[in-house]
This record gives sequence, C-alpha cells and structure tokens, in this order.
Amino acid sequence: MEGLLLSINSAVAQGVLWGIMTLGVYITYKILDYADLTVDGSFALGGAVSAILIMMGWDPLLSLLIAFLSGLVAGVVTGVLHTKLKIPAILSGILSMIALYSINLSIMGGKANIALLGMETVFTKAQALLPAGFDKAMVSLSIGVVFSLAIMGILYWFFGTEIGALIRATGNNENMARAMGGNTDRMKILGLLLSNGLVALSGALVAQSQGYADVGMGTGTIVMGLAAVIIGEVLFGTRINYFFRMTSVVTGSVIYRIIIAIILRMGLKSSNLKLFTAIIVAMALSIPEIKAKFIKPKINLEKAE
Amino acid sequence: MLKIRNLTKVFNIGTINEQMVLSNLNLHIREGDFVTLIGGNGAGKSTLLNIIAGVYMPEEGEILLAGEDITKMPEYKRAAFLGRVFQDPLMGTAADMEIIENLAIANRRGKRRGLSWGVTREEKTKFQEALKILGLGLENRLNDKVGLLSGGQRQALALLMATIQRPKLLLLDEHTAALDPKTAVKVLELTQELVEKNRLTTLMVTHNMKDAIKYGNRLIMMNKGEIVYDVSGEEKKNLKVTDLLEKFGSFSDRMLLA
Ligand SMILES: Nc1ncnc2c1ncn2[C@@H]1O[C@H](COP(=O)(O)OP(=O)(O)O)[C@@H](O)[C@H]1O
Ligand SMILES: [Mg+2]
Repeated sequence: MEGLLLSINSAVAQGVLWGIMTLGVYITYKILDYADLTVDGSFALGGAVSAILIMMGWDPLLSLLIAFLSGLVAGVVTGVLHTKLKIPAILSGILSMIALYSINLSIMGGKANIALLGMETVFTKAQALLPAGFDKAMVSLSIGVVFSLAIMGILYWFFGTEIGALIRATGNNENMARAMGGNTDRMKILGLLLSNGLVALSGALVAQSQGYADVGMGTGTIVMGLAAVIIGEVLFGTRINYFFRMTSVVTGSVIYRIIIAIILRMGLKSSNLKLFTAIIVAMALSIPEIKAKFIKPKINLEKAE
Repeated sequence: MLKIRNLTKVFNIGTINEQMVLSNLNLHIREGDFVTLIGGNGAGKSTLLNIIAGVYMPEEGEILLAGEDITKMPEYKRAAFLGRVFQDPLMGTAADMEIIENLAIANRRGKRRGLSWGVTREEKTKFQEALKILGLGLENRLNDKVGLLSGGQRQALALLMATIQRPKLLLLDEHTAALDPKTAVKVLELTQELVEKNRLTTLMVTHNMKDAIKYGNRLIMMNKGEIVYDVSGEEKKNLKVTDLLEKFGSFSDRMLLA
C-alpha cells in the first residue's frame, strides 16, 4: 500500500509536468482543430536542448527558456509546411517529427541519451531552497504547479485578446475568420508555435526532473496529450469557464498518470504501456459516438413524457 | 465602386474536367447600387462573387474596387472592403464562440489586431444597440454560443456582422436559400433595412425571381459565365416574373427548375 501511495505521489508530480505538454496539445487539438504530431519531436527537443545546455554549464532555468524557444521554431516549421506549402496537417506534423528525431540526436552530440547525474537542475535548486521536509516528488509537484498556473494565466489572457480571439475563430470556422479579415495562415502558425513551445518546455522540465534526456522520450506524446485532454473533458465537461477548461486539461494529465501508476502496480508490463494508452485514447475518442447511440433515445423519452 | 474588366475563370486547367466558368465578363457597379443577380445553376454567380472576394484567382482580367486594383490581393486583405454573407448559415459565424465574440471579430474587419482585449466595454453597448434592430432578442443573449441559434438567427447575425464595419461592397450569395420561407422573408427585409440605413453598395445573388425584382435598383442575369441581361431604374421596377422567364427561356430552360 505504501508503495502504491509513493508511486501515486510521483505520478501526480509527473502528471503536472506533462500537463504543460497537454496544454500545448489542447491549443492545437481543441482550439485550432489540428492534430499536430510535431509534439512527439518537440517534447524530446525540449529535453535534449535543456540537457545539453545544462551539461555545457548553463543555468537550468535559462535552459528552459531556450528549450521553449526551440519548440517555437519547430512549431513554425510545421505551420509553414502546412499553410504555405499546403501539405496536409497530419503529414506536416509527421515530417517535422521525423526530422526532429535526427535533429535531437545531433543536438545530444549523437548520443541517444544524456544523464544529468550530479548536475544542477531547477529541481535540485528548488530543493535546496525549500524546507527539508520536501521530498523529490513534492519539489517536482511544486515547480510543476507554479509553471502550469503561470502558463494557464498567460494563455487565459492571450486567448482573450484580439489575436487570441482570431486564433480561436480560425480553429472554429476558418472561412469566417478569413472573411473577417483574419490572416488564417498566420493564426495557425501562431497556434502551432505556441503549442510546440509549451510542449518543448514540458519536455525540458521532465528531463530535468527525471535526471536524463532521451531521444525517444517524446514517443507517444500526442497520444498521451489527447488522453489527458479527453479525460479532462469527460470529467469536467466543456461548458466550464475557459480557465477551468485548462485546469481540467492538466488535471486530466494527472489522472492519466495515476491510472498508469495503478495499472503498473497491478502488474501490467511496462512494455505494454503504449498499447494500453492507445486503447484508452481510442475508447475516449469514441465516447461521443457511443453517447450519440445510447444516450440520445433517453433524452427523447424524457421530452416525450 | 466595383469595376470588373475581361474577367475569365477556368477551373481544372489542363485536365479533362477543364471548364471555363466565366468568360470575358465585364461589370461596373456604381456606388449605392443594389444589384440583384440571377441565373441558372452553374451559371457562375458564386464563382463571380468568390473571385471578387479573393477566394479564387481569375485566369484573366482585373477587378477594381473604389479605384484600387484588388485582382491579386489575398482574400483576408480585401476582406477589409467587403462584407459577405453565404448561403450556408454555418459558414458566416463561429459556432463555438459567443455572440459578442463573433461581433467583436466582425467589428475588427480590416483593422490591425493586437494584444488588447478582444471585446471592449464600449463595444458591448454598440452591439446591444445593433442587435436590437434585428428584433430577435439577441441583445439579451450576448454571451450565448452562436451554435445555439437557429439558422435564421445565425443568418441575421451574419448579416449584421458583415455590415457592422461599413463595407465598400456587400456580397450576398443566396443568403436566404437555406431558410424556411417565412424566415427568408424576414432576413431579406432585414437586408433591405441594413442596406438602406448604411447606404451600402450591394451585390445579391438570389434564385428567387420575385425577390430579384422586388429588391434593389438593378438586375443582372447570368448564363454560362456571361452577363446576358442587365436592367435598372424604371425598366427594372416594371419587370414581371414572366418577362424574366421569357428572357431566360431564350438562354436556357434550367432556371425554370430552380
Ligand atoms: N472550386 C471549383 N472547382 C471546380 N469547378 C467549380 C468550382 N466552383 C465552381 N465550379 C463549377 O463552376 C460552375 C459554376 O459554378 P457556380 O459559380 O457555383 O454557379 P452558380 O453559383 O451560378 O450556381 C459549375 O459548373 C461548378 O461545377
Ligand atoms: Mg451559387
């Protein structure tokens, strides 16, 4: 039992750090209506950039910023492939993702992983500052919460501005956005850029918290992001205030991690984890269809009474 | 206001489906004109409006709006001068956004968008006043998602959105065709009201010959990518549907079905 609690503790902390990635996926998938696979590459990109900079003696906090910026660039590339070169959305993301695999490897100096053994990270720094009772998971959690709250605040503000509203309109009805004078190509690039920046930042935080970056650490990011977004939506609905929708996305990420922790405890082989995730997401994505089939008749009956 | 010279549009160039949809079309719409445009299915009416709006680029010809050559201007840029309402009520509004958000986006048509707040307090009052004109009670539902509205309500809102920033030219493409007859009449009357109130230069496609005669000061008929009939003033006022049918019969019989 204690072991389970411990693993849930660290699952919550991981969930919040990955939750920042989920916010990025939320921007593309929910706001722009664009399933962006770049994130698999940009998550590892963030990890790689941050790890190599730390190894080079950079300040870990500054490395987060550079990781974020590198994610922005990845997003722009996908955006340009899609909007200017007219490559279909999914394919644009796949192309960036594949290209990033090589790029990430060369960023890490050709090695498949970089261990941050004994190096200073934002987590070790924070641990030194925080009271002694804070264990590793608590430190991770605190940092994750601070970052995600700040990001949610910024996103809340940004999507309420004129440009933010236009990005939302572009995702909702591109035709209308353009008829209203919106440069929809630019809005899509902007959304992709922001999203991949957050995903890379999340990758950098995860790398620092787990103490290593791995070229394969981004595999399945998009699926996990979608899982979290959908879990959040199923639990809290979509009719809630915008800020709470973002909170629900991060919460979804936490719940996803807890589920995984429990399942692993129950004896699922970790090699089967991705299969399990795919099944969860497939089930979650089919919820609307299942609802439409089984729940609608009920509503009609109520009306008839 | 709008000058179109030698406009030619060919779809699917170089394929077996190549089709010349507009051929050497010339049209001059004066400031303040309210032009109704009729023609059979596939005559090229929507294509003409889409080319004016920049959705498609023409193969040949030029388009001048208020003296400015907009032939090659991208769609989103020329939107600054154009108000558009489409046939499909879903197309002109963003369903998942609130009424007030939709109007705020429309209110910024042709303006630079920055990082200031998407809706200002002054706008709220302005929108409430404007929505009252519609007579649909939408002024009390500013924060409702547009997706909750009926087709007619959405089309009325789209019309308001197209005109809230005065456009140099209002383009209406069968914007009442998807509505039930009663609602269609309401939206048409609203159109008339907004056009008159703002003295808008308007080009309205309709499939209804009665409406084409009733509204506007000028009527144009298209057939196979060409303008085949163009009347205005007294002559137009005295037109009867039978005149149009006769006129039309000499070109094609497809319109009778429409
Ligand atoms: N995007 C397009 N690609 C190919 N053909 C098109 C396209 N848009 C319209 N057409 C063709 O052009 C012709 C004119 O269409 P349209 O302008 O929609 O006619 P109308 O609005 O007068 O009914 C039709 O034959 C139609 O099939
Ligand atoms: Mg048409």
